[in-house]
Amino acid sequence: MDKMTQGQKLFRVFNYIICIAVCLICILPVINTLAISLSSPAQVATGKVAFWPRDFTTMSYEFAIENGRFLQAFFVTLQRCLLGVSINMFMLVTTAYPLSKSRQRFAARHFFMGFYVFTMLFGGGLIPYYILILQLGLLDSIWSLVLPLSVPVYSLIILMNFMRNLPAEMEEAAMMDGAGHFRILVSIYLPVLKPALATVGLFSFVFHWNDWFTGALFMNDPVNYPLQTYLQTLLINFRDLLRMSGSDYHRLLMRMNEQTGRAAQLFLSLIPTLVAYPFLQKHFAKGLVLGSVKG
Amino acid sequence: MVKRLKKDWPYLVLLLPGVVLTFIFSYMPIYGLVMAFQDYNPGLGFGRSPWIGFENFRFIFSQPQFVRSVYNTFYISIFKIIFGVSASVIFALMLNEIRNTIIKRIFQTIVYIPNFISWVIMAGILYGILASDGIVNNFLGFFGIGPIQFLSNSSVFPWTMVWTDVWKTFGFGTVVYLAAITSIDPGLYESAVIDGAGRFRQTISITLPMMGPIIMLMTVLALGTVLNAGFDQIYNLYSPAVYSTGDIIDTFVYRLGLQNGRFAIGTAVGMFKSVVSLVLISLSLLVAYKVADYKVF
Repeated sequence: MDKMTQGQKLFRVFNYIICIAVCLICILPVINTLAISLSSPAQVATGKVAFWPRDFTTMSYEFAIENGRFLQAFFVTLQRCLLGVSINMFMLVTTAYPLSKSRQRFAARHFFMGFYVFTMLFGGGLIPYYILILQLGLLDSIWSLVLPLSVPVYSLIILMNFMRNLPAEMEEAAMMDGAGHFRILVSIYLPVLKPALATVGLFSFVFHWNDWFTGALFMNDPVNYPLQTYLQTLLINFRDLLRMSGSDYHRLLMRMNEQTGRAAQLFLSLIPTLVAYPFLQKHFAKGLVLGSVKG
Repeated sequence: MVKRLKKDWPYLVLLLPGVVLTFIFSYMPIYGLVMAFQDYNPGLGFGRSPWIGFENFRFIFSQPQFVRSVYNTFYISIFKIIFGVSASVIFALMLNEIRNTIIKRIFQTIVYIPNFISWVIMAGILYGILASDGIVNNFLGFFGIGPIQFLSNSSVFPWTMVWTDVWKTFGFGTVVYLAAITSIDPGLYESAVIDGAGRFRQTISITLPMMGPIIMLMTVLALGTVLNAGFDQIYNLYSPAVYSTGDIIDTFVYRLGLQNGRFAIGTAVGMFKSVVSLVLISLSLLVAYKVADYKVF
């Protein structure tokens, strides 16, 4: 690298500082929650806990783990993610493969592509959707959380574009050797699709893990609440209390020790995504970029 | 036709499960829109509820709360797009100036993290840090500002929504824009250096113009979904005190249609939204195609 002028050096330092500041702004709230969850309620009530726990205790986590409702909701979400991600991945692969063929190879391609793109453009809206689930008898059933949106169209487009960018010779060679479509899909496509599958898999997991609304909409019995829906009820209770106490947050905390417990539960629910993301990140940027370019 | 079926049947078999489920859960609710033209009675169902033409629509347009929610939706959404795109572009340009690829990747990873945190959890966090004696107000207090009621002052609330959304989502745009920058032909920079252009000049005259189409594309696609001003975010953070500036179409439909049980009226509002969205998304896709040669399929 050639010599830098004074101005360029200054710029680089300045640039680093801003970038680091932005990154801190992005993760400090998470660290704040972690610090609160590991502090004693009395310390949190003084309003002094910022980024480091005071009066360190794991009490809140013990409380969260022994809390039957938290575990129950956690289990529902686990079940939902397992079912939901499997269904999404199966549907995405089986749908993207035919749609990645050219019109010459698969005549009805445009019709089916239009069928999916239309769902992005127009829908019945919330209330007809609710009535449909009601009439199908799926209220309070886990299937109401995993069967709708089984083919996420955005992910479908990413995966399909990724398949289109694969060299055609690969498939032709396999066909010459007498391999059928199913064989080609499983033993030729799937191994090279890893980055794209990691990307859409991550999207699907994050969607099912984070969605609270369908849980609130379709589950009448709190026993069936997924984790985020359960956490949302905690939040709403908290918000109502907050409003009654004139929004003086810490005065409220004096009367409320569950703040640390809530923070612990929020943080616990964050762990899976925080753990999964860096592992998938390597594939992720690649999958997203290649998938958004049409070949 | 028969010959075609013979050749294409494996494709059709593969497509079948997805098509069946999508038909049930995405197409059948469209039939439910008939409610918007009925005095819907759950006991009678779609079949026998009396038809009342456009009465529901006339009703909602006479409601100041509805008109207000449409205005708020556009207001919040448009500022989210403007600031969101700007933040992503600026941060991508700044990251691009960092030579160390490992540090660059670490930064990129960190700014993407808030994307993966649900709005329920974000709301929990925000209630804490935006409280009148929370971290943000303590910080502003050093400069003699505040305390600001971020969530309960109706003139501040929409901006709280805009900035917390920018904060949560700009990392996604950064990843996309950074990828676009990486794909710019290095030859362009080389010739600029020969012409004596400095780093800043290169950014202004090469990087930004080369990013033009992708910025345009992301903005146009975002404009298509302008009616989604962020239900998850607003529902978990608003309160009656800020309905005047914070209530959006989606939260209005939810309260009116499901919480108050006025199915037909709620459906009419939802249908209004769907139809306007259809027009806006189609337009945005058309513009994206004309300007950036972007095809969805």
